[in-house]
Amino acid sequence: MKSFAYERASDPKAAAAIASRAHARFIAGGTNLLDLMKIQVETPETLVDITRLPLKEIAEADGGLSIGALVTNSDLAADERVRRDYEVLSRALLAGASGQLRNKATTGGNFLQRTRCSYFYETNARCNKREPGSGCDAMNGFNRILAILGTSDKCIASHPSDMAVAMRALDAEVETLKSDGSTRRLTLPELYRLPGDTPERDTNLEAGELITAVRLPKPLGGTHIYRKVRDRASYAFALVSVAAVIGVENGRMETIRLAFGGIGTMPWRDARVEEALIGEAPSAALFAKAADILLTEAKGHGENDFKIPLMRRVLPAVLREATGVAA
Amino acid sequence: MDDQTVFKMDEPVGETRLDTAAQGLIGKPLDRFEGPLKVSGRAPYAYENLAGDPDVAFGYLVLSGTGAGTIRSVDTSAAEKAPGVLAVIHDDNGPRASADPNDQRPAAIKGEVVHFGQPICVVVAETYEQARDAARLVKVDVETKEGQYDLLANRDRAHKAQNGAMQAEVTKGDFDTAYANAEVTLDVTYTTPSQSHSAMEPHAATAKWDGDELTIFGCYQLVSTNVGQLAKTLGIPKSKVRMLNPYIGGGFGGKLGIGPESVFAAIAARQLGRPVKIALTRQQVYQATSRRSDTIQRLRLGTTRDGRITALAHDTITSNSPGDEFFEPTGISTVFLYAGENRQITHKLAELNLLLSSSMRAPGEAVGMLALENAMDEMAEKLGLDPIEFRRRNEPEVDPQDGKPFSSRSLVQCMEEGAKRFDWANRPKAPASRREGEWLIGMGMAAASRKNLLQQSSAAISLSSDGRCVVSTDMTDIGTGTYTILQQIAAEILGLPREQVIVKLGDSDLPQAPGSGGSWGANSAGSSVFVAAEGVVAKIAEKLGVKPDEVTMKDGTAIAHNKQTPLAEILKGETITVTGTFKPGRTFKDTHQASYGAHFCEVAVNAVTGETRVRRLLTVAAAGRILNEKTATSQCYGGQIFGIGSALTEELVVDTRTGLLVNHDLAEYHVPVNADVPQLEVVLLPERDRIASPLAGKGIGELAICGVGAAVTNAVYNACGVRVRDYPMTLDKILPGLPA
Repeated sequence: MKSFAYERASDPKAAAAIASRAHARFIAGGTNLLDLMKIQVETPETLVDITRLPLKEIAEADGGLSIGALVTNSDLAADERVRRDYEVLSRALLAGASGQLRNKATTGGNFLQRTRCSYFYETNARCNKREPGSGCDAMNGFNRILAILGTSDKCIASHPSDMAVAMRALDAEVETLKSDGSTRRLTLPELYRLPGDTPERDTNLEAGELITAVRLPKPLGGTHIYRKVRDRASYAFALVSVAAVIGVENGRMETIRLAFGGIGTMPWRDARVEEALIGEAPSAALFAKAADILLTEAKGHGENDFKIPLMRRVLPAVLREATGVAA
Repeated sequence: MDDQTVFKMDEPVGETRLDTAAQGLIGKPLDRFEGPLKVSGRAPYAYENLAGDPDVAFGYLVLSGTGAGTIRSVDTSAAEKAPGVLAVIHDDNGPRASADPNDQRPAAIKGEVVHFGQPICVVVAETYEQARDAARLVKVDVETKEGQYDLLANRDRAHKAQNGAMQAEVTKGDFDTAYANAEVTLDVTYTTPSQSHSAMEPHAATAKWDGDELTIFGCYQLVSTNVGQLAKTLGIPKSKVRMLNPYIGGGFGGKLGIGPESVFAAIAARQLGRPVKIALTRQQVYQATSRRSDTIQRLRLGTTRDGRITALAHDTITSNSPGDEFFEPTGISTVFLYAGENRQITHKLAELNLLLSSSMRAPGEAVGMLALENAMDEMAEKLGLDPIEFRRRNEPEVDPQDGKPFSSRSLVQCMEEGAKRFDWANRPKAPASRREGEWLIGMGMAAASRKNLLQQSSAAISLSSDGRCVVSTDMTDIGTGTYTILQQIAAEILGLPREQVIVKLGDSDLPQAPGSGGSWGANSAGSSVFVAAEGVVAKIAEKLGVKPDEVTMKDGTAIAHNKQTPLAEILKGETITVTGTFKPGRTFKDTHQASYGAHFCEVAVNAVTGETRVRRLLTVAAAGRILNEKTATSQCYGGQIFGIGSALTEELVVDTRTGLLVNHDLAEYHVPVNADVPQLEVVLLPERDRIASPLAGKGIGELAICGVGAAVTNAVYNACGVRVRDYPMTLDKILPGLPA
């Protein structure tokens, strides 16, 4: 591990200012960053400790919730309002990691965790995300957990978060504070980047830009489901996952929010899928069509080919469960 | 006064003090007495010795980033200039992996890279972090050559293995003819991947020299063997090495041979004149110690129409690195588990540029019985027989290979008891016939067997006048409960409360035991404690003027001829010390000895996703006398969990382009987590094997892993009708066979 400077920020503005220096990183739960520092995939020169900043509240705001960036995954999952109104989020959080990790991991940090691609972690392998221009050993290698959508010829790394998938379904937005003191709000498609030719950049955050909170809009009602398919029953990343919020009125699906994990290079959502379902009466044929639309551009890379037929089964199963319509 | 007493097991034993159990300790489900030390952090593990000693330096291994080639140069200049660095030591005599326990020393680097992740050199610095950082600055220039990383692609280049843990080829009768003439035949090939032991404690060592004498705090399973391997590698006499291994955080075979951490720590400590510690990172444990081989196993069964096996072949191919001749004895149970006149069990070895393959929990059975017990299930279905009935029809009277009698064999009883307890009669008779919502429910069973291994072992017992007793041996406790069972044996025979018996283990200065491996530990070391304790009783009897078998030892007293005498009165301040040595004898040679069991499993397979969840798992085991019901049961739980992993999740993934072991951490090498493990049930059938050891016990540590994975996958087939022959049975392999 390289030596690094450690600074404890006294307030969010100071934190953002310090972190705008070259090679600085915020540290909160550290559940991913410390692992990466040990193997020197991350070699920050400065760590800005934000754990004492006052960003730990969950407050009601604009009919929805404002969740402080430092709220732990455990606390967020257990929050009464989240369990009542945003059940999909609570379920997604509890499907992720392990109890110990959830106690440490924070809301802001969860969004920013890096891919679990094995070649990103193995410094003897080629990885464009870790070392731009070096190549991608995952492409024809062990890519079982990697993406089938949103990939480029430079990178097929999947985004590992469960929480962010539910957040995407809920139209969450992150609030940030830049080093110059200005703030902004980003939707998740604005926060995250597809790998394209620059897979080393996971997000559009600027140097020193600090996620301070997450905003959830008004509750949607409906049935909330987070279905995660994985290689073991706990402590495994999603092979595929579906976050669903579905409301059926008078036999028609009037609320549809669907986001997907394990298949995309970012927490995935496809407006075409929801358009195909909204206002329609649930049916097996429609569910199959929704899966087809979702997977239109899906591309396997060998070991992860199975995700395509798997998702073709899982999405309809989630829709069946949500609508009560048997296949 | 130190007496020696030797017992060689040439005849079966009769009733012993363990049967009369005057003290009432043997067999009891007692807690491991060192447990509180471990869970409260007071038991020092290898790396924690010399804690806070400012003289200690820290080493970090540099591993190869290529899979095969010749080392042209190792440029250490940048690393040497890094902060805190004391030395970068590139010693061609250093090990390229852990040692196989059967080798005199670990294979040396000798200028070659034979596998990805092979140790190249060690960086030593004032702190661990400095050493780790500087390790990245070492430039290893390798003239790469084309490596062989894929067992399937190399199957035709495999050669007949050298005889090792068993004969490489075991044949009887004329398999080909019998198979050709069989009324019903089955010809199936299974594959299993490389696996990693993944013990909780990463390999670690602390080395300290005092003149020409080395003290090594290690984590090894076989003290005497490992001292020899270390001494041989360093070129010093064995007598100059003191190894201390009192606490070991799991082994599973991964710590049977001396590891690169000890050798490099010793080399570095000698060069620097300071103590040196090395702990492998988790990633390094996966890449630089040892693995269980991947296997290709072809099973052919020929039977009569009514299910009598007439022809049985188990042809296996496993892998090892160049020059390493150990082969996974995959067919070891196939030799004796079922009857059949015409038999062929063969082992071929393919040379691959992969990490050393060596012993991992139940080497041979653990993967061989996955295939054998799946094949038995497939054949039973073909014959229209209940899998238990098929096995019962092929229960041999004597060892089917060489005709020796079994010392004891309760396989049929285990299957029957298990069937009753598991409600086997009500299993779904046809595959994919029971469904609960999205879940397909199935049941499967498999037999368990594990060869009983027994080794010479010595232990010393000192009994002092105040009734305190010290048991000493260089035996190890790798988390199995050795401390506690040796305490129980000594306390039972000497008639002492258990608290009065202190057990000292894992110190190479103590009498030599065979260590922990092959499930031989309890019976071998336990028998030596038995022999030593009987020697102490004989001394006491002598002092009382009676014969040893006239004495009953109980509560710190000796009872003979209706007179109860406190030890203090008998010993009068004297301490009796006896070293007992146990040797396997004729009974071991003249009989076939193994432990047996039966596994029953219920799984649910998700009809949408192919995910498998184990719902119930029962193991009925018979392994002679159980010395401690709790520790024995815990060993069985561990085996069951290993089996769930083998069946469903565990695979050390090889990138066949480079030889990289890709998933080299516990996040991606999937051992079962709690959520994968249902309520486990273990039933230990009462059995006494007076031929196997003076304790009347047989090995149990590895028994439960043998076959259990096949019970899981047989249940998967019964649940969903998909037969996968490529382990582990991850959902992607099941998915294509599921109904739309």
